[in-house]
Amino acid sequence: MTERKKLEEKKKFTTVSIPTPLFKKVEERIKGTGFTSVSSYVAYVLREIIAEEEEEDEPFSEEDKERVKERLRALGYID
Amino acid sequence: MPKPHGGKLVNRVLEGQGKRRALEDAQTLKRVDVLDAVASDVENIAKGVFSPLEGFLNHEELEAVLHLMRLPSDLAWTMPVLLDVPNSKAKRIGEGEELALYHEGRPLALMQVEEKYSFEKDELAKHAFGTLDATHPGVAMVKDMGETFLGGRLDLIKEPEGPYTQYKLAPLETRVLFEEKGWKTVVGFQTRNPPHLGHEYVQKTALAFVDGVFINPVIGKKKTGDFKDEVILEAYNALMKNYYLKESVVMSILPFEMRYAGPREAIFHAIVRKNFGCTHFIVGRDHAGVGKFYGPYDAQKIFDDFPDLGISPLFFKSFFHCKRCGAVTNEKACPHGESEHINFSGTKIRGMLSEGRLPPKELMRPEVSEVISQYKNPFVD
Repeated sequence: MTERKKLEEKKKFTTVSIPTPLFKKVEERIKGTGFTSVSSYVAYVLREIIAEEEEEDEPFSEEDKERVKERLRALGYID
Repeated sequence: MPKPHGGKLVNRVLEGQGKRRALEDAQTLKRVDVLDAVASDVENIAKGVFSPLEGFLNHEELEAVLHLMRLPSDLAWTMPVLLDVPNSKAKRIGEGEELALYHEGRPLALMQVEEKYSFEKDELAKHAFGTLDATHPGVAMVKDMGETFLGGRLDLIKEPEGPYTQYKLAPLETRVLFEEKGWKTVVGFQTRNPPHLGHEYVQKTALAFVDGVFINPVIGKKKTGDFKDEVILEAYNALMKNYYLKESVVMSILPFEMRYAGPREAIFHAIVRKNFGCTHFIVGRDHAGVGKFYGPYDAQKIFDDFPDLGISPLFFKSFFHCKRCGAVTNEKACPHGESEHINFSGTKIRGMLSEGRLPPKELMRPEVSEVISQYKNPFVD
């Protein structure tokens, strides 16, 4: 196995196809930005989009909340 | 409030019948004794401080963390959280076996050993700390580790004994607290020092943009010459009492042994504060650094690689007191020369205090200096 293959295996990358003109536009766009490849740029953008979708409130159960509030009161964090 | 890292707050704290059964089981299971640093990690995993981790990293997770700074699920995670044992002990432990972790002679947790593996220590240190220099405390920590690592989920039986429990809040508790205070945005502040005016300036500058500040001192083993934990807490109490609105500030401790991994640890610190419910995190100069191992702003630059962190870093450069401005300021705001500036040097402040002199009020609030000066020796021996 070549060194590159070994690294890819270690990093668990896979291939995604995008239209060639889009690839070229991205290639132009990342020049001088610090991104080392189209792949790293695409991964960055996708991670950002997915993270935005996941950022929502997680409600507590009322039971949890009351139990916790009791301790917070005892410690003087809330009145 | 942001979701916990990975979407769900981990809770692996045993209660009731489960806890009673675990205490009994711990008497008969194979026993591994752990030191304070690992005991803190166990507690942090079980209480969700390290969400989404449910146990110590396995081999695949460790590789991904070291090479990609992510877990195999692609979730950002930069610091190895490991349980090491010497080979002599590891020989008697099998995969699939349940273990009892003990701390200071008491049962701490049960752990399912999902994997037992070895890992090249130099590779571990090189990736985690960017150096093999044994004078780096993190590298020294790795070199002292046992030769075998155990990966697998754990369940906390009883939290480690320790002081300052009145200051210890779990992420569920801080989340409820922030909600009770009506805070929609919260900035986390990591510290291992008593506050000088530069710290206060940073926190209050951040407070101009968010609803509350969460001061979260790291409590645990520190380097010789660092301030003792009780000094840090009492100094902050004095500052908060005299100079903060009660409605805008909360302090609780984080039991954790610093690894001094600079940029990697900055990301890790941000993730931890996200789990506590913070929306923002302050990253200053040489955050979590030591000596000259990292560039002064490496810990800020690394955030460019993590657009999906779910907590916004607030970057601050260095500050000083300007005699002409008569205020704490920074290079972007102050037009005066260096001769007018008094720098917030931790070394200088420590030097004054160790000589029994109080730092000037331009560097430290008199109430804070007074508190520190009451300690015969405020430093770790």
